[in-house]
Amino acid sequence: MSRSIAIGATLTLVFLGLAALSFIYTPYDIQSFDIPNKLHRPDATNWLGTDHFGRDILSMIMLGARTSIAVAVLAVGIGICIGVPLGLLAAARRGSLLDELIMRGNDLVFAFPSLVIAILITAIFGPSAINAIIAIGIFNIPVFARLSRGAALPIWERDFILAARVAGKSSLRISIEHILPNITNLMIVQGTIQFSLGILAEAALSYIGLGAQPPTASWGRMLADAQTLTSIAPHTALIPGMAIVLMVLGLNLLGDGLRDWLDPRIRIART
Amino acid sequence: MTHFTKLLSASVLALTASIASAQTSITVAIQLEPPNLDPTGGAAQAIDSVLYSNVFEGLTRFMADGSVVAGLAQSWEISDDGLTYTFMLHDGVTFHDGTTMDAEDVKFSLDRARSDDSINAQKGLFADIADVTVVDPLTVAVTLSQPNGMFLFNMAWGDAVIVAPESIDTIASNPIGTGAFTFTDWVQGDRLELTRNESYWGQPAALETATFRFISDPTAAFAAVMAEDVDAFVGFPAPENLPQFEADPRFQVLVGNTEGETILSMNNKMPPFDNVLVRQAVSLAIDRQSIIDGAMFGYGTPIGTHFAPHNPDYVDLIANSTYNPQRARELLAEAGFADGFTTTLKLPPPSYARRGGEIIASQLRDVGITAEISNLEWAQWIEEVFNGKDFGLSIVSHTEPMDIGIYADPEYYFQYDNPEFQALMDTLNATTDPTTRSALLADAQTTISEDYVNGYLFQLAVPTVAKAGLNGLWLNQPTAAVDLTGVTWSE
Repeated sequence: MSRSIAIGATLTLVFLGLAALSFIYTPYDIQSFDIPNKLHRPDATNWLGTDHFGRDILSMIMLGARTSIAVAVLAVGIGICIGVPLGLLAAARRGSLLDELIMRGNDLVFAFPSLVIAILITAIFGPSAINAIIAIGIFNIPVFARLSRGAALPIWERDFILAARVAGKSSLRISIEHILPNITNLMIVQGTIQFSLGILAEAALSYIGLGAQPPTASWGRMLADAQTLTSIAPHTALIPGMAIVLMVLGLNLLGDGLRDWLDPRIRIART
Repeated sequence: MTHFTKLLSASVLALTASIASAQTSITVAIQLEPPNLDPTGGAAQAIDSVLYSNVFEGLTRFMADGSVVAGLAQSWEISDDGLTYTFMLHDGVTFHDGTTMDAEDVKFSLDRARSDDSINAQKGLFADIADVTVVDPLTVAVTLSQPNGMFLFNMAWGDAVIVAPESIDTIASNPIGTGAFTFTDWVQGDRLELTRNESYWGQPAALETATFRFISDPTAAFAAVMAEDVDAFVGFPAPENLPQFEADPRFQVLVGNTEGETILSMNNKMPPFDNVLVRQAVSLAIDRQSIIDGAMFGYGTPIGTHFAPHNPDYVDLIANSTYNPQRARELLAEAGFADGFTTTLKLPPPSYARRGGEIIASQLRDVGITAEISNLEWAQWIEEVFNGKDFGLSIVSHTEPMDIGIYADPEYYFQYDNPEFQALMDTLNATTDPTTRSALLADAQTTISEDYVNGYLFQLAVPTVAKAGLNGLWLNQPTAAVDLTGVTWSE
C-alpha cells in the first residue's frame, strides 16, 4: 500500500469518525446560541473557538462534516445507481439507437457546467440539502455512465463473454454477472474522486446559500458567515476552510492511491 | 527633456490635477442600485437615496435632524379651518432643462401623483387633497377634503417632489428636477454621476461632481472603503467591521438612527398567528438585546412598538414584551399549543434579517416553536411575502418615516385588521392640534404593542463610513437620502 493511500485514508477516516461521533456527542449544543461568548479565539474551553453567534466551532465542524459527507455520499450514490446501469445498457446494446440516445443524452448533461446546473436546480426548487443532493447527483450520472460504458466495451470482446453467450446467458445476466464485477474497481476509484468533488460542490452551494439551510451546520455556510469577520476573527474562516481542504485532499489522495493499487496493469508491472 | 522626464512631469501634473479635483468631487457608495430614477413612480428606497434633495425637491423638505422646512415653497398660509394651504413659491427656480418651475408644475405634480392611474408608491400622502388651484405663477392653493395635520410633512417625502410635464416621459432614465445637482450619467450596475447645477436657485453645492456607486456585497464594501475607492459609504452593510474603521485615522464612522423599525412580522390572518396569545408568546420568546448584539454587533436601539425612539411622541413599551421564555411557554399552552408548532421564517438578504433570523429561530426553538428558515432575494420576498402574504414569520425593517398608519390597512402584508385602530388613525389624520395628536399617537403605539401585532425588535442604525475631512453628511436618516448639497471637504 502506498503512502498516498495511508495519508488519504487517515484524513478521510478522521472526518468520517468526527461525523459519526457527532451523532452521539458534540462538545457543545450548537442549536442554542451564546451571543455574549461570540468570536472567542481557540482556547481550552472551545478548542477551535466560537463563531459570531457564540457557537462552538469544533461542534459545528463535526456536524458540518456529517452534512458534507451525507450530501456527497447520496449524490455519488445517485450517480452510480443511475449512471452505471445506463452505461452497462449502452455497452450491451453498443452501436444501436439506444446506445446513441443514452450517450448523447449524457453529452447534453455534460455540456452544462455542473455547478451552473446545480444552481439552476436549487434556484427553481428552493434551497435545501435534498435539492443540493439531487443537483450534485445529476451531474454525477454521465461521469459513471461514460466510464462504465467505456470500461465495459473491451470486456464484451473477451472470450469468456463469448463462452457465456454460447451458454445461453442473456445480455442482462452477462452485464450483471461478468461485466459489473470486472469494472467495480474502476467505479470505486471514480466514486472516491466524485465524492471529493461532491464535498466541494456542497460547500460551494452552501456558500452561496443554496445548500443545507440553517440551523443545519455546513462548512460552506460557515465560510460565508465568516467572510466579513476575517479581519477581526480569522479563525472563523480558516477552520472551515481547512476542513474542506483536508477532506478533499484526503479523498483525492485516497482515490489516487486506490487507482494505483487496484489497477491490474500497474499491479502487474509492479510485481 | 528626455522622454522619461516628460512622462514624469506629465504624471506629476496629472497627479496634482487629481488632488485638486479631489477637493470638489466625491464618490459615495450605497448598497442598492435604484431600479429606475423616478422618485414619484417607484417604491425603491435607493431612488430617494440618490436623488432626494440632490436632483429633486418638493414644496417642503426634510432636514438632517428630521425637521420639515420650506423647500420650493418659500412660505405658506393655512386657512383657519385647516383645509386650504396656500404655498408661495420661490421666484426664479428653473428645472435642469431650462424650463421654469411655477405653480403649473406644482399642480401637475400633485394631480399626477393623486390621479387614479398614478403609479406613486405612497398615494396615501395625497389622499386628502381635494383640489389644486393655480392662483398666479408663484402661488398655488391646495384644498384638502379634511384637515390633515401631516400635510406639510407628507409634502416633504421623496414621493412628493415637483416634476415638470416637459420632462416627465423620460424621468425614469433621465431625471430632470430643480435640485443643486443635475443628473449626468447612469451606467447601470456600476455608477451614477451628478454634476453641480450652476444655475441653482438656492445656496449652490460645494462639490462640483458626485458619483454614486452601488456595492451590496459586505466583503466588497469593506475592501472598497479600505482601499479608499469610495470617499463615503452610507449604510455600510457589515457592522462587525466598524470598530476597525473607528480605529483607523483615515476614516470617520457616523452611526445615526433611521426611521427603520425592524420587526419580526407575523401573518396575523394565518393560524396560529391569528391568536393573540400565540403572538404574545412569540414576542416574549425573543431576546432583543441578543439579536442587536448578535446580528448588528450592538448597533441598534430596542423598541417595543412600531415607532421611532428618537421621535418626541415615542412611548417606551418594551416592558410589554420583556424576554420571558417561561411565560411564553405558558402562553403557548394556554393557546392550545403546549407542544409548539411549525411555521416558516422567510428572510430577505440584509444581515439584520439573515443573522437575526437564525438567532430568532434558535430562541423560538427554546419555547417549542419550529421556524423553518428560508432565505429569499428581495424580488422573491416582495412576491411571496409582501404581495403573496405566503409566510408565517418574516424579518424586515420598515424604513418609511411615521408609518404607523400601515397598521390601519388590513390588506398590508402582515394583515392586522382592527377596526378600533383604523378609527383611531382616521381621528389622528383629521387632527391638527399637536397635544391631541401626541395622545392619539401614544394610544396607537400602545394598541399595537398590547395586541402583539408583530415582534418589535430594534430601530435600525445606519452606519456611515467616510474619509476623515469630509463634512456635512447626514448622520441620521429621517428619510432615505444621501443629501450632498451641504457636503464639503476640509483642507
